[in-house]
Amino acid sequence: MRTFLLLVSCLVFAIVSVTGLRGTKTMRSPIEIFPDMVRQAKVKEQAPSYFFSDQRASRYPVPGTVPTTDPVDLPYLNTGTIGDYWGDGIPIPVTGETLKTGRERFEIFCSACHGSTGSGNGIATQYGLVGVPNYHSEHTRQMPDGQIFFVITHGQGLMLGYGANLSPEERWAVVAYIRALQLSQNAALSDVPIAERQRLEGK
Amino acid sequence: MANLFGKAANQLPPKIVVGILIIGALTVAGIAYYFTPKYTRVGYMPKQPIPFDHSLHVTGLGLDCRFCHSFVEKSGFSNIPTTQTCMSCHRMVKADSPKLAALRESWETGEPVRWVRVYQLPDYVYFDHSAHVNRGVSCFSCHGEVNLMRTVYHKTPLSMSWCLDCHRNPEYFLRPQEKVFDLGWQAPTGRQQIEMGKQLIEQGKINPSDNCSACHR
Ligand code: HEC
Ligand code: HEC
Ligand code: HEC
Ligand code: HEC
Ligand code: HEC
Ligand code: HEC
Repeated sequence: MRTFLLLVSCLVFAIVSVTGLRGTKTMRSPIEIFPDMVRQAKVKEQAPSYFFSDQRASRYPVPGTVPTTDPVDLPYLNTGTIGDYWGDGIPIPVTGETLKTGRERFEIFCSACHGSTGSGNGIATQYGLVGVPNYHSEHTRQMPDGQIFFVITHGQGLMLGYGANLSPEERWAVVAYIRALQLSQNAALSDVPIAERQRLEGK
Repeated sequence: MANLFGKAANQLPPKIVVGILIIGALTVAGIAYYFTPKYTRVGYMPKQPIPFDHSLHVTGLGLDCRFCHSFVEKSGFSNIPTTQTCMSCHRMVKADSPKLAALRESWETGEPVRWVRVYQLPDYVYFDHSAHVNRGVSCFSCHGEVNLMRTVYHKTPLSMSWCLDCHRNPEYFLRPQEKVFDLGWQAPTGRQQIEMGKQLIEQGKINPSDNCSACHR
């Protein structure tokens, strides 16, 4: 009996030391104990597919086509240009809701470089990112809305585009928010509705 | 013939029974402990082609999850960022760090970086990120404190009972919508959490399904 118990405890010890405890960090891939139908031969997002020669399951659009979800019948909304020129004006209704979306998207996608106020002092500039302009400079203030939209979509110079991550409406909302930021740094008392002026002047 | 079995043999049958009982109990305990996703999945921490550090980029730089995982609230799956997303900073920041060699190679050739997948459900389960993150379920409930992880590891078991534990009692996990992406937020504990959860359920008419067809369709 003693030898038996000794053998059993040795066996338990061996198993535990080989298999480890629950939750141990490991590089071994997860074991699938009953692998029936767990991995099926279907195309899943972000996984390679051996059906295609380049193994990309997510396909590029066929050259010369655009997704039907793009607003192709509204060229200004979609590109920011009118004919060969930058358009000016925001082609979506600008409401408090729009500015809220714009602000949320701006803080997610832009503030790391441009800073939350758009002064070009985002955190990445402390680590060697150069060339971030200040939105309150004359150059950006004079930029037509359509051109800002285009910069967000395709990038410009040192900045890469964010068109893939933001829908056209969200990009226009960001343009509206940038305009609001610029106004916030350059507003005059005459921009304030008369009824509110007294409150501002502290009277 | 009388001496073929010694006196000791009298104790053999009970000993065999006890031995079998011990082996049986140990086998049951072993299976219960090891044959579950709590063992087979939790703790999986694969080596990635680039040693990407979430704690640096999220807590250190203050990036939002959606800067990189940009479709998590719009689509069923959460995308891994493209090379371009990284390169917008890393063409200038640490531009020739040896740790980023695979990233630069991908940028030049156009081949995607082959990140090793950590979380993966069986193909017969249907899962949707946007259904969760737009209804007050934080990344934290399912992926753990990613904002503090230097390397992402598998934190939760993703077993069916784990999904159902929340689908049946979501009030233990829900949080206000604006805190979903803020992993550093301290959720209230105990009764307060349950009360807040119940309130959110009422406001949002949140009713997670426990029908088989919700997840197996
Ligand atoms: C990775 C850092 C980074 C991010 C993120 C970023 N930008 Fe930029 N941005 C730059 C840099 C650098 C430039 C200067 C480009 C140049 O002209 O070389 C720039 C230029 C611009 C300009 C042109 C300003 C001018 O006067 O020429 C606009 C407008 C702009 N960015 C808007 C945005 C918006 C909106 C977002 C968010 C969707 C964004 N950027 C995100 C780095 C960034
Ligand atoms: C700077 C870009 C970036 C940001 C910001 C970011 N991630 Fe990631 N994330 C990645 C990359 C790249 C990977 C793939 C490499 C890896 O697994 O480490 C990844 C992987 C993951 C994974 C594992 C995916 C798998 O393979 O199963 C999870 C979970 C995750 N991120 C959650 C988050 C959460 C939650 C946040 C917000 C707190 C966040 N991420 C913010 C870039 C980012
Ligand atoms: C907002 C800008 C930004 C983005 C986007 C970004 N990073 Fe970084 N990354 C940084 C900064 C800043 C550092 C820290 C540099 C330092 O410590 O000097 C860094 C450091 C790193 C390091 C460590 C480099 C070293 O040599 O120590 C790696 C690896 C890395 N990032 C990978 C990535 C990957 C992969 C992505 C894309 C998913 C990414 N980064 C996206 C800003 C960024
Ligand atoms: C309700 C639980 C839950 C929540 C909340 C959740 N995830 Fe996930 N996540 C999962 C599951 C389950 C998977 C595996 C999906 C699969 O295999 O199809 C996953 C996979 C991922 C992946 C890998 C996807 C891939 O295809 O490689 C990333 C990245 C990710 N999640 C990021 C996030 C981020 C960022 C958030 C917060 C905004 C988040 N998740 C919130 C459960 C969740
Ligand atoms: C922390 C809580 C939580 C966890 C964990 C969780 N869920 Fe959910 N799930 C929810 C909530 C909340 C909803 C939203 C219900 C609603 O919209 O009324 C939801 C909705 C869903 C839906 C959409 C149902 C529909 O009617 O379209 C699916 C599918 C789903 N969950 C699958 C899963 C799977 C699979 C897992 C496990 C991998 C899981 N969930 C884990 C909380 C959770
Ligand atoms: C909230 C989502 C959800 C619901 C509802 C759900 N399941 Fe599942 N089911 C899962 C997940 C996730 C797995 C995969 C578990 C794993 O891989 O560990 C699974 C796995 C299974 C498996 C395979 C187990 C195995 O290991 O082979 C069966 C069978 C199953 N479910 C049956 C059902 C039945 C029957 C119902 C209805 C009573 C149901 N499920 C409802 C999420 C769900």
